[in-house]
Amino acid sequence: MLERLQELHGEAAAKIEEANTLDELQQVRVAYLGKKGPITEVMKSMGKLSKEERPVVGQKANEVRENLQQLIEQKESVLEQAAVTEQLKKESIDVTLPGRPVKKGSRHPLTSVVERIEDVFTGMGFQVAEGPEVETDYYNFESLNLPKHHPARDMQDTFFITSDLLLRTQTSPVQVRTMEKHEGRGPVKIICPGKVYRRDEDDATHSHQFMQIEGLVVDEGIRMSDLKGIFEAFVKSYFGEDRKIRLRPSFFPFTEPSAELDISCALCGGEGCRTCKGTGWIEVLGAGMVHPNVLEMGGFDPEKYSGFAFGMGVERFAMLKYGIDDIRHFYTNDARFLEQFTRE
Amino acid sequence: MLISYQWLSNYVDISDITPQQLADELTLHGVEVDAVEELGSEVKSLTVGKVLSCDQHPDADKLKVCRVDVAEEEPLQIVCGAPNVAEGQLVAVARVGGRLPGGVKIKKAKLRGQRSEGMICSLQELGFEGKVVPKKYSEGIFAFPENREPGSDAKEALGLNDTVLELDLTPNRSDCLSMLGTAYEIAAVLGRQVKLPDAPVTVSAKKASEVVKVTVEDKEANPYYGAGMIQGVTIKESPLWLQTALMASGVRPLNNVVDVTNYVLLEYGQPLHAFDFDRFGSDEVVVRKAYSEEKMVTLDGEELLLSDSHLVITNGKEPTALAGVMGGATSEVENDTSNLLLEAAYFNPSVVRQAQRDLSIRSDSSIRFEKGVDPNGVVPAGRRAASLIQQLAGGEVLDETAEFDELDRSEKIVRITLGRINSSLGTDLSAENVLSIMDRLQFKAEEEEGEFIIHVPTRRQDISIEPDIVEEVARLYGYDNIPVTLPNTPSTQGGLSEKQKQKRKIRRYLESSGLHEAVSYSLTTKEKEAAFIGAEQARVAVALPMSEERSTLRTTLVPHLLDALSHNRNRNRYNLSLYEMGSVFHTEEENVSVQPQEETHLAGAFMGLWEQHAWQGEKKAVDFFVVKGVVEGILAELQVVAGFEKTEKPGLHPGRTASVVADGEEVGWIGQLHPSTAKQWSLPETYVFELNLMKLLESGGDEMRYRPIPRYPAVDRDIALVVDHEVSARELEAVIRETGGELLTRADVFDLYEGEHVEAGKKSVAFSLRYLNTEKTLTEEEVTLVHSQVLKALEEKTGAVLRAQ
Ligand SMILES: [Zn+2]
Repeated sequence: MLERLQELHGEAAAKIEEANTLDELQQVRVAYLGKKGPITEVMKSMGKLSKEERPVVGQKANEVRENLQQLIEQKESVLEQAAVTEQLKKESIDVTLPGRPVKKGSRHPLTSVVERIEDVFTGMGFQVAEGPEVETDYYNFESLNLPKHHPARDMQDTFFITSDLLLRTQTSPVQVRTMEKHEGRGPVKIICPGKVYRRDEDDATHSHQFMQIEGLVVDEGIRMSDLKGIFEAFVKSYFGEDRKIRLRPSFFPFTEPSAELDISCALCGGEGCRTCKGTGWIEVLGAGMVHPNVLEMGGFDPEKYSGFAFGMGVERFAMLKYGIDDIRHFYTNDARFLEQFTRE
Repeated sequence: MLISYQWLSNYVDISDITPQQLADELTLHGVEVDAVEELGSEVKSLTVGKVLSCDQHPDADKLKVCRVDVAEEEPLQIVCGAPNVAEGQLVAVARVGGRLPGGVKIKKAKLRGQRSEGMICSLQELGFEGKVVPKKYSEGIFAFPENREPGSDAKEALGLNDTVLELDLTPNRSDCLSMLGTAYEIAAVLGRQVKLPDAPVTVSAKKASEVVKVTVEDKEANPYYGAGMIQGVTIKESPLWLQTALMASGVRPLNNVVDVTNYVLLEYGQPLHAFDFDRFGSDEVVVRKAYSEEKMVTLDGEELLLSDSHLVITNGKEPTALAGVMGGATSEVENDTSNLLLEAAYFNPSVVRQAQRDLSIRSDSSIRFEKGVDPNGVVPAGRRAASLIQQLAGGEVLDETAEFDELDRSEKIVRITLGRINSSLGTDLSAENVLSIMDRLQFKAEEEEGEFIIHVPTRRQDISIEPDIVEEVARLYGYDNIPVTLPNTPSTQGGLSEKQKQKRKIRRYLESSGLHEAVSYSLTTKEKEAAFIGAEQARVAVALPMSEERSTLRTTLVPHLLDALSHNRNRNRYNLSLYEMGSVFHTEEENVSVQPQEETHLAGAFMGLWEQHAWQGEKKAVDFFVVKGVVEGILAELQVVAGFEKTEKPGLHPGRTASVVADGEEVGWIGQLHPSTAKQWSLPETYVFELNLMKLLESGGDEMRYRPIPRYPAVDRDIALVVDHEVSARELEAVIRETGGELLTRADVFDLYEGEHVEAGKKSVAFSLRYLNTEKTLTEEEVTLVHSQVLKALEEKTGAVLRAQ
């Protein structure tokens, strides 16, 4: 009987080894370890054995049963692992297919430039002021030292609505409006971004509508050297540490002394190239010390207070920054243009 | 203003400085030089030649074969097509191997079988602009008006070795509208002296006042009028030096007398006028205001209709010149003119400016008078012109001038302290520094008890107050030398206002929702807006629009966004969502007289697909609820509590439009474009919204506050209600909320069904309700009680029937 058990063990072990699926393994289990299986048969027929033989055969039968049980479990886990592997293989995907894009819009480049300039100046203690786009002659011209029939009015071609109302030609009217709000007491430190309008035919470099950012600082003891200091800080922060600045004398009716601010050309490093028209410098803004007449009209005593003002063109900054060559792109709203600024 | 470097060097020593260096110095100190043009840079090998003979070309009617002496062994044979070429002329010959502007290389050639060894040049071929070439030479070759050695350098003789600086003058620096003014500026910048021109005149015993009488009726408009008399002049072509000086300055030479007046105008910045006195019409000059509708023909042949605000020079009867602007045709200097009246006057800038504006004419004279000429330059300029005319045209200059003179020639005095200068600039200049700068400017200055007393020469009309002096000091000291400091102001709190922050927040939200920001023009047309707000509404219009396209200010942002969608669709871009934040302009007035209301609006326009994923085959088109979701997001960002009410609006789909209502007031709207509006813009199904951002920012919520997380479990109940088609989800929700009371915390629509399983004319709306008691755990009985009350109320108030599950 012991031989019989040994034989059954060998047979069953071989079949377990051969089983390729969990089903086959189950069949082996039922065939050998089931209630009607040969091992059970052996154990049932143990009554025929002598008293001495019985425990020996019984022990052997249990050993065989347990060992087979163990083999089946081992095989089972091997087969399960294989099944999982098979499943995962089936679930495999092409990871090189394009991903699902997260919807993302874009910020208009003019807005990007305005916000960056706002951030630089608010970091230096400036507030952001706003004013109307339809202005009165007084705020757009007269309060800025440009009385009616002043020849310098020719410098700006104006969209008049009535003889007294117009589309502002500059953001400078916000200067006097802001000073009035301060009721003659400094300090005033503002910048004012906004749309302005001039009677220009639209072409690659002209637009009847464009954006400016105006700046104004008024307090006791403001000097022209302060204007240089603020600009140096602004240029380094906006354009980079290695940029140099240069002031040139100029003329604006509402400032005196007046200046144009040039920055060194980044493309050629000041050697001269097409972008800077060979000069090594790029004009970026106009500025000057606030004219005493303007201070007075804003309600500030020019004997006690002084200040500086500046104005810059947003399109020009954007064109320089992104290398845009036609000002009309800013107002066409072509998706192929706008989408490029998704990263900004 | 064009400045000839060679001409300029008569007045200030610039021999050691190149034109480019000079341009840089001027630019850095306040007079911007726009361009530096080397006149003859492209001209090579140009020689004076004498035409020895000039024969008809045997095989070409329009060509001549010339033999030209250029001081070589053999004369050159040159074929020339100019009609005016003639034997005996001294001409400019471009030699073989030479060059002309436009990359022309001169080679030996055969023209219709005849050898040609060079080219006889016209002035245009040498690079002169047609408008400055004397009429005499404009249709053919140039011939030297005076003797020149054949073989000598013609380039030099024609002033083509000169360089011209183009000044871009700011309106305050009209003093540099002259050679002398520019010379003073250069002298100040370089620290040099100015050399004034000589004006020797031989005068006769007779006085001008013996032959002409001057009367000025309006002394404010014309405080000085001087009439010089020159008798017996000979009108002819000017010498070459004068012609080349004028051409380099952009002025066309005419004859010796007119050329002299133009030359002195450029030299002194003082306009002059020469009348043919024999044609003047009387022996008196009367300066008066024109009569209303008085007529006058200018020497340009234009008839002017004058008014009583214009000043005219008359012969006592009729106008002979529009004062300071242009002479009249009747007394123009012509070839047979013999007796001259030479006018040197001071006209009030505003009178000249008004004539310029009213009559739309400008001249080299008027642009100088309108800025104010130097009162102390009028008489010297007149004398200089008389001297040159006498030199070039002969004649007898009568003694003195017949004049009217009430001109104020006094210098302005500006007082300023050193402290003021330094505190304005942030510099540490000494009194010597300032006095030396004043000396360079040739401003007389003395220091008295710490104060400078500065006498400003009358040539500098732009200087009258302290900051003017500060600027002069700053620019000559050099802006580069001013130190760099930061304001000593107490530190200020910078930053954006709450509203400005909110606007940025909205931009960030819309960007991350997939909208692209657009910026469009504020000026538009009535017609574009008519679809949305009707054509009749009062609008803010531009008085003289440049084009119909840009004639009124927009009252809505939507039309230009539709333009943008249309633009993109025409470029095969079918799916696009745009937004814009900008001002719109409203007025209540029929004719605008006060500033219109300016409101910041926010609008969006959507077409095509909203979500798509190509290879997964997903496509979700924009619909009303996509746009509503975006708008709800905006309201949530701003913490505005607003509702949506079904409405109808022009331009929009009558069944798919809602107004956005906050605090009982409409703050915006969303909707689908009416199909006919869409067609107008060639757009497909398109959705738009427009919000009054200003109102939203004002009704925005307070700061957010934390609510405790519930400690007890909530109970959810889902219900599907069958109601009439017309019953809105909002009505149902209102009944649910009202009846659910405090225990009901949420009521969300999660399904909508119309179709075969629901009776026709009805729909099924499913809500998910959540009940919660924040104080204790809800019992099943409590929930059942309130939920059944909700169902009952729904049935009673809306006729809703619970749909079989
Ligand atoms: Zn460069």
